[in-house]
Amino acid sequence: MTTRFFGAPVKRNEDRKLLTGQALFIDDVELPGMLHAAFLRSQAAHARIARIDVSRALQRPGVVAVYTADDYGDYWQRGPLLVPPPPIPGSVFNLRTQVPLAKDKVRHVGEPLAVVVAESRYIAEDALDDIDVDLEPLPAVIDLEAALRPGSALVHDDLGSNVSAHVHQSKGDYRAAAANAHLVIKRRFAYEHGISSTIETRGVVAHWEARSQHMTIWDTTQAPVFVRNGLAAVLGLGERQVRVIAPFVGGGFGPKIMMFYPEEVALPWISMRLNRPVKWIEDRLEHFFATTHERGQIHDAEIAVAHDGRILGVKDVFLHDGGAYDPYGLTVPINSQCTLLGPYVVPAYDSTFTAVFTNLPIVTPYRGAGRQHGVFVIERLLDLAAHELNIDPAEIRRRNLIPADAFPYKNGIIYQDFSVLEYDSGNYEPVLDQALQAIDYSGFRQEQEKLRAQGRHVGIGIACYVEGTGIGPYEGAKVQVQANGKVSVATGIGTQGQGHFTSFAQIVADQLGVDVTDVDIVTGDTDQFYWGAGTFASRGAVVAGNAVNEASRAVRQKALKLASDAFECAEEDLVLADGKISIVGIPEKFLSLGELARRANPMRGAVKPGTEPGLESTQYFGPPSGATANGVHAMIVEVDPDTFDIRILKYVVVHDCGTVINPLILEGQIHGGVAQGIGNAFYEKLVFDDQGQLLNASLADYLLPTALDVPRMQLGHTVTPSPLNPLGIKGAGEAGAIPVGPLFAQAIEDALQLKEKNVELLEIPLSPSRIFELIKASVP
Amino acid sequence: MQPDRHEISVSVNGTPYRRSIESRMLLSDFLRHDLLLAGTHVGCEHGVCGACTVLLDGAPIRSCLMLAVQANGHELSTIEGLASNAGELSPVQKAMHDHHGLQCGYCTPGILMTMTAFLKQNPQPSEDEVREVLSGNLCRCTGYQHIVDAMMAAAQAMRAAAP
Repeated sequence: MTTRFFGAPVKRNEDRKLLTGQALFIDDVELPGMLHAAFLRSQAAHARIARIDVSRALQRPGVVAVYTADDYGDYWQRGPLLVPPPPIPGSVFNLRTQVPLAKDKVRHVGEPLAVVVAESRYIAEDALDDIDVDLEPLPAVIDLEAALRPGSALVHDDLGSNVSAHVHQSKGDYRAAAANAHLVIKRRFAYEHGISSTIETRGVVAHWEARSQHMTIWDTTQAPVFVRNGLAAVLGLGERQVRVIAPFVGGGFGPKIMMFYPEEVALPWISMRLNRPVKWIEDRLEHFFATTHERGQIHDAEIAVAHDGRILGVKDVFLHDGGAYDPYGLTVPINSQCTLLGPYVVPAYDSTFTAVFTNLPIVTPYRGAGRQHGVFVIERLLDLAAHELNIDPAEIRRRNLIPADAFPYKNGIIYQDFSVLEYDSGNYEPVLDQALQAIDYSGFRQEQEKLRAQGRHVGIGIACYVEGTGIGPYEGAKVQVQANGKVSVATGIGTQGQGHFTSFAQIVADQLGVDVTDVDIVTGDTDQFYWGAGTFASRGAVVAGNAVNEASRAVRQKALKLASDAFECAEEDLVLADGKISIVGIPEKFLSLGELARRANPMRGAVKPGTEPGLESTQYFGPPSGATANGVHAMIVEVDPDTFDIRILKYVVVHDCGTVINPLILEGQIHGGVAQGIGNAFYEKLVFDDQGQLLNASLADYLLPTALDVPRMQLGHTVTPSPLNPLGIKGAGEAGAIPVGPLFAQAIEDALQLKEKNVELLEIPLSPSRIFELIKASVP
Repeated sequence: MQPDRHEISVSVNGTPYRRSIESRMLLSDFLRHDLLLAGTHVGCEHGVCGACTVLLDGAPIRSCLMLAVQANGHELSTIEGLASNAGELSPVQKAMHDHHGLQCGYCTPGILMTMTAFLKQNPQPSEDEVREVLSGNLCRCTGYQHIVDAMMAAAQAMRAAAP
């Protein structure tokens, strides 16, 4: 087989629909008799619900129903635990998952209290104002440290504290490492991560068909199979009675995996009760507090180093803001804990975190999923050590990289997928070299002196990271050659712009000798593919991609077998190309794949025992553990010394995500990740007051990077295939976003020569006004 | 309360429509849910993200910030009208495909409409000018680089094709 499409910058199959306005997004679903739902949301972060009176709302013309928690009866159940805590000895996890509608008390601004169902969305929203609610305010738990002090108000009264989780992991002997160290540096770091803010907000459409006793749910979810299974259970239906469709979804980045959102629980129940289809589309204001966030962590971390800059050990104690509920288990703080170790040899590590309940919206993974918090800490610690030891920042990193002959490299602590954290493969130093060369690291230092002499404030940063990707449990794919010769592929994951309609088609096209455009991919429809997990943790291409490959190979074998029977020749004498199988050297003697598909489904005769009809196969792939990608980002910035406005002059990414399916799509993933990283590093911060009110809940106040903020990026790649899957792929979805914070801090410090002024940038985001405040505060 | 209704006539992509609508109906909702031209997307409903951008008499406007009644008697263009009747993509659409200028595609309709109007007005833009105009449309997936590349290529293709 000659590989034609795998690895090539193939243009995307899905573009035409999207470019002509023909792709189906959630709010495009229109059904006869459809009703519209709107949710009344709490305006208080923490309060007792004294009374909800919906009687006036019910009188408004066009309102069909209004429901509160009491109406749910037995249907009122807390959401499921999505990811159980990994088996780490001694860890504490207090499970308190979200509720479908608030009962007794509200725990964050935006928590739904009631749902109005009306003939139009306009009427439903009008009727929200007709609902009378008495809330008795309680002290809001906002500050992470205050939340843990005795006497703090409690987010969950029955718990007796605000501790969501407490986990300690260690390897080696940090105390001994510190005792023997040339230098120990200790600092406090604060890292905020904002909201994914997909351009499409969330939405749900539920359609119960009483005649067929069947429920169809369109949902902007990243995990349709999980949603199908979970909703079937709570609705008292069999899984086969529920079909969940994740149509084209306008960006995911993590929060669209969360389940169940209260709206996902409400809509199917309402549709069953009223026997009509019902739609809910989130508006942007709701998105700011009804969709999950990532937010802050506070790290008290220290590094013990030898005189040559080698890391002897790291100790970290951190607090993680989990928000009002913890349906996602430990995933985000565990990622922070594990990813802190980065691409470095860290002989001793002692890490403890406490996840804290607050009266703020729920925290679940958002692109990077806690990894950037850990990367910020280790990268900044290395910068501080480099400064103290008078070692160049790039050089101290090089001295600590895991050597190429040390893989697979065991890190000795437990990762989010329950395995012991092990880097499957890697070759880190060439990545660093390539990045330094691309940014012209040595040349820049000379240039910098010249520019400084001209009064310009330019600085450089370099940051390394690893990214755990492609975790299990499994994905599957069904590959089917149709009678018209086109290939249909169904997989259980959802898609939110990752290019699956193309990258998976490339895999199939190579195996089956067809054109990429002749492969039609279906994702996110549980009736098309029953099993699966979802699109998260940079795993789609790795896990589903390999399942697609396995299924395509099986179909290829079936086609060759059928053709060898038909031609009465050996399979080795056949060639599969251009949608047909021919005998080597006799191209005019061929059978098309479509014809073989027809023959595989005979009208008469008998299908032989041990075979099955159809030219199709369903296969599954589950990796033993996650594949670890790595990379280095480098950046040159110029800072205006008066306004602290920041301009990125050059941005370089060198990255190793194993074998690349489609370099064009990969570039797009990295560009987008960096853009989100820049927003995160620069100014994306959810600003809450001490009452838990979000002060910047609009896109005019919570700024997303525009085309003027995101620089042109220069990308480079190295390829170290993963041994954990036959295609050698590692995930790439989150890589762009992970190291931007420390890079930004390092480059700004360098540009403004802050070390000389005893100013250290130990927090993210670093907006111009924040940099101004930090510098001002340091001047006595 | 009886909603006040108005009879309006608009032309969308050359097709005339006549509808009776509530005065408070947003133009974006009218296009999407009354005319079932759902290619125009709504991202923020407060005029920042630009996903809902359509052309009103050739000029880009935010259809979430305008009432449908205000469009009475005007000509609108939406993403559904960009390709030729035979299905051939416009130069801006084609360049977006060629340069991987879209990922989830949700913001794409607004970007196509904004840039179609811009490139008509300024057929030889600099990259800075493209970025300046594009900065009114938010994209969360692409980091903009491929969109900028697509627009520079589209401008060139349109110049080459101009008589």
